[in-house]
Amino acid sequence: MAGKVVAALSDRALELGPAAHVSKGRWEHWRLATSQTGVAWLLLDRADTRTNTLNDKVLVELNSILEDLEVSKPKGLVIRSAKTSGFAYGADVNDLATMTDPPEIEARISEANGVFDRLAALPVTKVAVIHGQCLGGGLELALCCDWRIAIAGTKLGFPEVLLGLHPGLGGAARSTHLIDPIQAMTMMLTGKAADARKAKRLGLVDAVTEERHVAAAVADGLAGKLRRNRPGTLSHAFALRPARSVAARKMRAETAKKARQAHYPAPYALIDLWEAHGGSRKAMHKAEAASFGKLLQTDTSRNLVRAYFLREALKKNAGEQRDFAHVHVVGAGTMGGEIAAWCAWQGLRVTLGDVDVKPIGAALARARELYDKIGKDDAATRDALDRLIPDTKGYGIAHADIVIEAVPEKLDLKQKIYAGLEAGMKKDAVLATNTSSIPLDRLSKGLKRPARFIGLHFFNPVSRMQLVEVVSHDKASADALAAGSAFVGRISRLPAPVRSAPGFLVNRALMPYLVEALTLVDEGEKAETVDEVAERFGMPMGPIELADQVGLDICVEVADVLRDGLDQSIPSTPDWLRKKVADGELGRKSGQGLYAWKDGKPSKSSPSVHHADETTDRLILPLLNACVACLREGVVADTETLDGAMIFGTGFAPFRGGPMHYARTRGTGDIKVTLKRLAERYGERFTPDPGWDDLT
Amino acid sequence: MRQPFPAKAFDQVILGCVNVIADEMNPARIAALRLGMGDQMPAFTVQINCGSGMQSIDTAFRYIQNGTANLILAGGTDSLSHSPLVFRQGAVEQFASVNAAKGTWSKLRAATGFRPRHFAPVIGLERGLTDPIVELNMGQTAEILAHQFAISRKAADTYAAESHKRLARAQEEGRLIDEVSPAVSRDGEAYDHDDGVRPDSAADKLATLKPAFERPWGKVTPGNSSQITDGASWVILASEEAVKAHRLEPMAVIIDSEWSALDPSVMGLGPVLCATEIVKRRKLDRGDIDVWELNEAFATQVLACLAAWEDEAFCKEVLGLDGAFGAIDRERFNVDGGAIALGHPVGASGNRITLHLATAMRRLGLKRGIATECIGGGQGGAMLLEAA
Repeated sequence: MAGKVVAALSDRALELGPAAHVSKGRWEHWRLATSQTGVAWLLLDRADTRTNTLNDKVLVELNSILEDLEVSKPKGLVIRSAKTSGFAYGADVNDLATMTDPPEIEARISEANGVFDRLAALPVTKVAVIHGQCLGGGLELALCCDWRIAIAGTKLGFPEVLLGLHPGLGGAARSTHLIDPIQAMTMMLTGKAADARKAKRLGLVDAVTEERHVAAAVADGLAGKLRRNRPGTLSHAFALRPARSVAARKMRAETAKKARQAHYPAPYALIDLWEAHGGSRKAMHKAEAASFGKLLQTDTSRNLVRAYFLREALKKNAGEQRDFAHVHVVGAGTMGGEIAAWCAWQGLRVTLGDVDVKPIGAALARARELYDKIGKDDAATRDALDRLIPDTKGYGIAHADIVIEAVPEKLDLKQKIYAGLEAGMKKDAVLATNTSSIPLDRLSKGLKRPARFIGLHFFNPVSRMQLVEVVSHDKASADALAAGSAFVGRISRLPAPVRSAPGFLVNRALMPYLVEALTLVDEGEKAETVDEVAERFGMPMGPIELADQVGLDICVEVADVLRDGLDQSIPSTPDWLRKKVADGELGRKSGQGLYAWKDGKPSKSSPSVHHADETTDRLILPLLNACVACLREGVVADTETLDGAMIFGTGFAPFRGGPMHYARTRGTGDIKVTLKRLAERYGERFTPDPGWDDLT
Repeated sequence: MRQPFPAKAFDQVILGCVNVIADEMNPARIAALRLGMGDQMPAFTVQINCGSGMQSIDTAFRYIQNGTANLILAGGTDSLSHSPLVFRQGAVEQFASVNAAKGTWSKLRAATGFRPRHFAPVIGLERGLTDPIVELNMGQTAEILAHQFAISRKAADTYAAESHKRLARAQEEGRLIDEVSPAVSRDGEAYDHDDGVRPDSAADKLATLKPAFERPWGKVTPGNSSQITDGASWVILASEEAVKAHRLEPMAVIIDSEWSALDPSVMGLGPVLCATEIVKRRKLDRGDIDVWELNEAFATQVLACLAAWEDEAFCKEVLGLDGAFGAIDRERFNVDGGAIALGHPVGASGNRITLHLATAMRRLGLKRGIATECIGGGQGGAMLLEAA
């Protein structure tokens, strides 16, 4: 957080050259000014947003600016962003979503490429000054310049693959011919951004400096005094097709470990592209644009774009920003420790309370491990640990804007703790429980201020699972719920409002799927086979592995709660599973569950899939059925929230756009018929929920 | 955290620290920033050797007294396990290898709270704890006092064992719960008390230890000296106005303070000079002081101070009293043990004993107390507190 003095000086942060004080003039999204020495500074400054993305209008304007520059012939051209957030985040996803008609797609891609090529061909020395985020189309724009100067800390990357695409404005062709093609391909295949230092090493940028030296660096760039790191001589070998074929084979094998071609065609298309055309930038550029157009029309890409918007919609649930200076977390177990560590990492002051200091110590050690992993920055780790305060005496309760309870799932224990908390808390603070199984109306009994009580259901591990269910109950006030959602937004998680019902949304939808998987194993199916079938459908992890991961004890407990609390029948838990739990074979945490675990990984034999479709339906349709029940009962407000929650809470095949989107795509009628058939064969647990009839 | 006001409400931060490490030249400012007190918080570090933690309180006291501040955070800290300024590299390595053999060095090194070590090999400290003027190690000055005031080895060991017993009892009875904050080391090890304490300590066991400084006949051993440890302590000083504004509950009122100096070779008698000066100035006598905290640098040094007050000739000649100051009731003296049992992180101790004096006075329901320490280099500092 910037202090008063730094804040007062903040508008002096960016070096904008002569364009610092010019208005936009003829253009809506660009600012242009020429210095006394005849160097033009062109600033990207999108009118309607706080961050720069590229859309049609931006490119049309750029085209006419280039037209002018071709005539005025400045001594040099500097391109940078006027936004503090960064250079550009890439193509405007809203724009991508509107492109549906194939000929139109082709025309627009070719038009956009025309503008970029025009920039690349402009006969003046072009220097891109890059700060913050420089992603996708933003990086492709920078690649059209002769020199790239990055501010330290800049992130450069090609995240297109995350939307089921690859670069389409010459990024693939230009990057593979500028730097070591293997490195360029790796960036594009993984979507991982490189920081400025790495980019400099790769030769993707030519200088890394601080904002205060930009003017001098630009002058050196224009004078041709910068030195570029050239790729090693070995990479020249990739001009030859046989060398590329060898490398491409390896890339395909690596990619297959992460994503199946049937689900995610883009990386494979990119590899094909490079293998075939990597010897010629021009040929590759042409093929890149064509392939990009094709990918845009795939279901995978459309559904991933949908997932992007679902995520944005969940983000919006956070509503208006509120101030959360201090969080108190009660219970330093796995979840309490995770939540506290994450909140501290997100800049909040956190007190972590427990009766004993030992579990707090262990939680702090785990926090440190997490920070080392996600941060790799000693100062950030130190600051986060400074904010994460052990609090055996509960001093933090009185300061907290929100108190999160994460103690073992025992009703009387929680109620006793609430009584103590309420006495010490600020009157307007929110009391949140992380319970995953106890209904909130039971927990709220005996509370003095039930209106300030809500559920915040986090998923493990908090640092990777983006979803948090914000759970309401009859007495919860709208303001407390809004505060809960705002808090979730404040810590960069996605709030999904749900009503208190057994299992809320995510666990309720997941449980029938997990229990059905166990039933399949009970029937003699190999665990590996069940997992393989689910993964072929697109789940990030098979249900048996997931059950082991979550903990078989927790699965049995949640399944029991659901069976008790709902009419909908859940298959009974096999006795052998209860015995396993009783014997302490709990899954990953005990080293043995349905799989034997070693170093955090299950040991699996090879699967033998026979009746894939039937098995897939037996696994996935109960999940869909539970989702429909949740919609019908109003546990969740709409299909968009539901799909988003399932994708970001469980990893439900994102390329399928969410469970309800999948149901619609496949046809709700077909699903109902299939469920009926399964019900006849395997039991009434498959009986279609009445809610299917309400879906149109 | 336990205060009702925000961390930014302080006017400034003053921190005593002796062994400032090269990476953090003004630890007061670093502490202020890392405590979330805001970037507008002035902070400075004070250093008067073993008196640093009390000097910070005294400086804060004077600022508040003359009206330039209302609310000051005054502390003391030292991480002797991090002290390249004190140890020669060779000594550090020796220190490390001795401790590594016991398997807890890495924890000690990383820890930031109270992490007392028992029987630390003081020999590695020779350079840092040697007075450059008289070329005597601090332990040797304690040997001189033992000689001059006829303190026997047995008396020193008995005193040391009692220090452990008193601290152990205080910990057991939970007297320190509000005073000692649990600390967690980098690897997650949690410490909720000073673990240098040895409840089973006994004079006859201590008698088996070899002298640390002057072999073979010296009386000062690792067992009857303070422990070399890491530690930190903070005290909040508030003006009357700040007490009202933030509705604070004062623990004690600072009445007076005094700093004295003497020959570095007998630095251990510092407390006698400065404490007596306060008593004289305030027109009190021995009986008016209900509780004493005298920092336990060395058992022989503590006992020498007590003996000096009972020494008529010394009191007349040096302290300017009419006769002997008199014997201090041992039941009112270092009531919960001291640095021999819980360690002497040099910059922190003066702060800790002042804080502990206040809590002990409250617990015992007594009115007046003096906290005082000897200071390497030949000084002494004392502070007179009254119940609030």
